[in-house]
Amino acid sequence: MRYCLTTAALAAGVAFMTAAAASATDLEVTHWWTSGGEAAAVGELAKAFDATGNHWVDGAIAGSGGTARPIMISRITGGDPMGATQFNHGRQAEELVQAGLMRDLTDIATKEKWTEIVRPKSLLDSCTIDGKIYCVPVNIHSWQWLWLSNEAFEKAGVAVPKDWNEFVAAAPALEKAGIVPLAVGGQPWQASGAFDVLLAAVGGKDTFLKVYQDKDAAFAAGPEIGKVFKAADDARKMSKGTNVQDWNQATNMVITGKAGGQIMGDWAQGEFQVAGKVAGKDYSCLPGLGLNPMIATGGDAFYFPLLKDEAKSKAQEALATTLLDPKTQVAFNLKKGSLPVRGDVDLNAANDCMKKGLDILAKGNVMPWTDQLMSQDTQKQKEDLFSEFFSNQGLTVEDAQKRFADIVSSAD
Amino acid sequence: MSETYPKRPSQLFRNLSAKIASVPMILTAVVVFAGGTAWTVLYSFTNSKLLPRFSFVGLDQYYRLWAAPRWGVAVENLAIYGVLSLIFSLAIGFLLAALLDQKIRFEDTFRTIFLYPFALSFIVTGLVWQWLLNPDFGVQAVVRGLGWESFTFNPLYDASIVIYGILIAALWQGTGLVMCLMLAGLRGIDEDIWKAARVDGIPMWKTYLFIVIPMMRPVFITTIVIIASGIIKVYDLVVAQTSGGPGIASEVPAKYVYDYMFFAQNLGQGFAASTMMLLSVIIVVVPWAYLEFGRARRG
Repeated sequence: MRYCLTTAALAAGVAFMTAAAASATDLEVTHWWTSGGEAAAVGELAKAFDATGNHWVDGAIAGSGGTARPIMISRITGGDPMGATQFNHGRQAEELVQAGLMRDLTDIATKEKWTEIVRPKSLLDSCTIDGKIYCVPVNIHSWQWLWLSNEAFEKAGVAVPKDWNEFVAAAPALEKAGIVPLAVGGQPWQASGAFDVLLAAVGGKDTFLKVYQDKDAAFAAGPEIGKVFKAADDARKMSKGTNVQDWNQATNMVITGKAGGQIMGDWAQGEFQVAGKVAGKDYSCLPGLGLNPMIATGGDAFYFPLLKDEAKSKAQEALATTLLDPKTQVAFNLKKGSLPVRGDVDLNAANDCMKKGLDILAKGNVMPWTDQLMSQDTQKQKEDLFSEFFSNQGLTVEDAQKRFADIVSSAD
Repeated sequence: MSETYPKRPSQLFRNLSAKIASVPMILTAVVVFAGGTAWTVLYSFTNSKLLPRFSFVGLDQYYRLWAAPRWGVAVENLAIYGVLSLIFSLAIGFLLAALLDQKIRFEDTFRTIFLYPFALSFIVTGLVWQWLLNPDFGVQAVVRGLGWESFTFNPLYDASIVIYGILIAALWQGTGLVMCLMLAGLRGIDEDIWKAARVDGIPMWKTYLFIVIPMMRPVFITTIVIIASGIIKVYDLVVAQTSGGPGIASEVPAKYVYDYMFFAQNLGQGFAASTMMLLSVIIVVVPWAYLEFGRARRG
């Protein structure tokens, strides 16, 4: 084994777990859902799985996906696989599947007709490699939201904007009132994500796909993308003075009215809920920045490493079934603030913003997201570029676009 | 006591038990350090992604590395941080040690206070200084609160000086140890030398500069090695304090290696970067070791 030494050491550190009830089959499930709302959502999954007569052994790894994924991967490659593990479906686990370390779920999928119940279809496509299904999508998280603080706009004496252009126009008034117009935290993925959202909203779906799916470098250097960079330039000017790192601190600026708005995925909604804010009254949300109401179908999925243990393999099947169960889907997604992966469930308890999302989903205005289109390597290069672009006003729009086109040309 | 000496045993079997006992460590050194290093260098010439894959691409990873703006920033930061951190921690550490050496009262208390930050990890240090240097809560806010409204001290959010913000935290954490090492060195100087210098009427600063410091050469070398290894591997401090920001302004090479190996799932690129780090260490260490040990053998 090529990885033996390092992984053995890592695995030894991670494999620590408590003994559980002996009667049921224990299945360790690793994930990186550790914030309050996320933990509650995972609790729902565990409850549903325990009800099948098995036992969910929780393997939460703190520190978000970036920290958790290397640990999960080294456990799988190091010969100490867990029973099931979370990844963002798309290309994160691609090489593990190609190396034959992941379990083929096609049989269960055909038996339970996943292709019919999972909506939109692109979710299952992201789980499919060479015609075989390797993961179970559990939710849809979309990036394309602009969260606005109604209080901040009231203070600045302007109406709450209906789309990105109005927002840009309102920025000087916000600044005059001592409010940072757009909160963008210091973590690199936030800047990169904000640009992708702008690309999809200002440029539209086709432009987005031309760049990230077809990897057309000449197009990425062209005037169409120049417009997007212009918008990104507005965004970086509006984000000056944010002075926070984490995304939830940036969201908090919007919650407390210190910032006018934030471009962030629908997970930000959990923060508003915890703070006791009401959608539509205290804060507004604009899917697709109000320009292009679209929802990207990124999200979370569970993968199942190939196990030798017969009983555990059985338990894996039970878990796969449980995850897509309508009841589990509702209970989990309500707590998580994400959208369910099946269209035939009823989400009455959803709030205004979630309903907007469900509406768009029902209309079929969906598109794939960067996790599904590009390798982590390319995404990291993009993050480096945009975190520099947002913090360094000296980096001109033209230079940044040139570097962006370079990244697109070598993207995979 | 016998009169006849037995035949001299073979050199190989002298201290046999000691040699057997050190076999595991030798194996570890050879397999893990040397073997792992060679493996890393070899795979830096491949296009390994998430899993190591032996498909040779020549120097591609290195071309990409040196074309990446982020790597350039990282190398430049390490150079600034390295030079300044070496100079300042030696200078401040020695100064503190010399002051403590003046037979002052409460020496133990001061020594504890100065050494205390060293008991904190870089992660804690980084977080503490992240708050201290935060413009809305830290030093700047306090001074402004005292009435100097236009006072500006905001290194962590200013790309051009952020590396100095990190340097401040590193010095706060590290000089205590340097001071202790220096103090130990100073205490090792024979009292008679001070007396002789005093009899000859040599001023104190001259005694320090031209007699004591040259005598403390071994202590200085140990200290420099400790500081230098800390400089090359600086990572956690940056992660805790700025996570490389604002933008990529405070990136360091070790962070590039980690990010590309694990976040970007591009082992080849990470290996190429770590090979460059190894190379830079070799360039510094080999001439020094040659001078140091070569001279010892000749002398």
